[in-house]
Amino acid sequence: MAKITFIASNGSSKIAEGFGGSLMELAVSHGIQGIDGDCGGVCSCATCHVHVAPGDMEKTGPASDIEKDMLELADGADEFSRLCCQIQVSDALDGIQLRVAK
Amino acid sequence: MKESELPDPFAQIRADKGYAEIDDQGDPVTMLLRLKDVRKTAHNYQAFTSETVPGRIVVPSEVSIRNTRQIPFEVDPPMHGAYRAMVEPWFKRPLEEQYQEQLAAIVSGLFTEVAGGEKIEVVHDFALPLQSRALTLLLNTPMEEAARWISWGTHVFRSEGEALDGSKADVLYDYIDAKLKEAESHRGEDLFSLLMHGEVHGRKLSREEAKGVMVLTFAGGRDTVINAVTNSLAHFAGYPEDLERLRREPELVNTAVEEMIRYFSPLTHMGRVVTQDTQVCEHAVKADSRVSLCWASANRDETVFEEPDRLKIDRKVNPHVGFGFSHHNCLGATHARQVMRILLKEMIQNIEKVELVEARDNIEVWGDFHRKVGFHSLQVRLHPKN
Repeated sequence: MAKITFIASNGSSKIAEGFGGSLMELAVSHGIQGIDGDCGGVCSCATCHVHVAPGDMEKTGPASDIEKDMLELADGADEFSRLCCQIQVSDALDGIQLRVAK
Repeated sequence: MKESELPDPFAQIRADKGYAEIDDQGDPVTMLLRLKDVRKTAHNYQAFTSETVPGRIVVPSEVSIRNTRQIPFEVDPPMHGAYRAMVEPWFKRPLEEQYQEQLAAIVSGLFTEVAGGEKIEVVHDFALPLQSRALTLLLNTPMEEAARWISWGTHVFRSEGEALDGSKADVLYDYIDAKLKEAESHRGEDLFSLLMHGEVHGRKLSREEAKGVMVLTFAGGRDTVINAVTNSLAHFAGYPEDLERLRREPELVNTAVEEMIRYFSPLTHMGRVVTQDTQVCEHAVKADSRVSLCWASANRDETVFEEPDRLKIDRKVNPHVGFGFSHHNCLGATHARQVMRILLKEMIQNIEKVELVEARDNIEVWGDFHRKVGFHSLQVRLHPKN
């Protein structure tokens, strides 16, 4: 199990416990504001954009080339940006913090 | 080649040059064919605007048949964002459970009507009624309205031929005018009422603005949804193993739908007007000329998609642009995705097999390029599941 902290754009934070699937699915099932996941997780819509806490980047790993191409044109993207549909929930992610992109 | 296959007419020129030049009623268009160029150009509204003469960004151009600006479609940021914020929550209603249950009832009801093993014509007997009945949910109007919309035919701007048909548009415009007038004096619970009584930037929309949203809603989701639905049935006729696999692995419905949107690309392309002399794909384009974002070609870009000409229902990473990209991405996408997801789920439940009888292709002609986008008619037998 992994405990993930999502910080919404209004500053409120919520902890979600995940066992599998993607971080986007976890966020949607917990009603995290600002994570829509319109395309269901195929890296096509960029509605699951998050900023990973700098210290947690090692745990999530870097974006793939296809994901980077999407992020290049996403609003407010920076070096900590990920599309969270492309990150699988695993025990290794326990404790990470994600800020939902505006 | 199977009837369900949609060949990619742009493969060679996309690899060689990356763009193609076509004429359109004397207002030529440079079609952009590579995924990266299409995305970058869609994102750059300052240099490639949608806010021009109404109808000009559509290819074929609708300048000669309409003056109403479609909203938010033909408005750029920042005003685009204000309009979009006003209508977005409404167009996200398909995410609600109750909406999905009602949609499922519509689809399963239609299957009950047509799936008896007798011959049906999918476009008119299934896809058009499905699209129209589903639209009553999106608009939150009585189901009876669907009968009138069905009587308008498959494309609200075109008659059975390919030519633009102004008189057809008048029928739609007169209908929308009447409905908006009604909503103005009697506030109901439908989209017409939301538009006539809602506010943007602290003021009410004019009737012309409300009309612009309604025309977009009717026109944008008509032949696109009809083609997506029809092509799905054709696919399962050609690839029964995919229907069987979805039955065994229903968790693949989402990736299957996204892959169908990529492969079918129901809207071939959408234009923009260049605001300043610039370059796209190392090709000079002049101010006031037109470019188009060719979603259909970008979605077969072999530098991004492995085996781009195969419809793989389990394609996991699928950065397609079937619903457009960036600011102007499809407002109706949430609804369209639910229509497709529920169509597939109901097929798994209700249909044993789709048997193809006869097909007549719908082929668009863009200069030298002939693109099959779907079918004028598709005769099948739908064998019900016991």
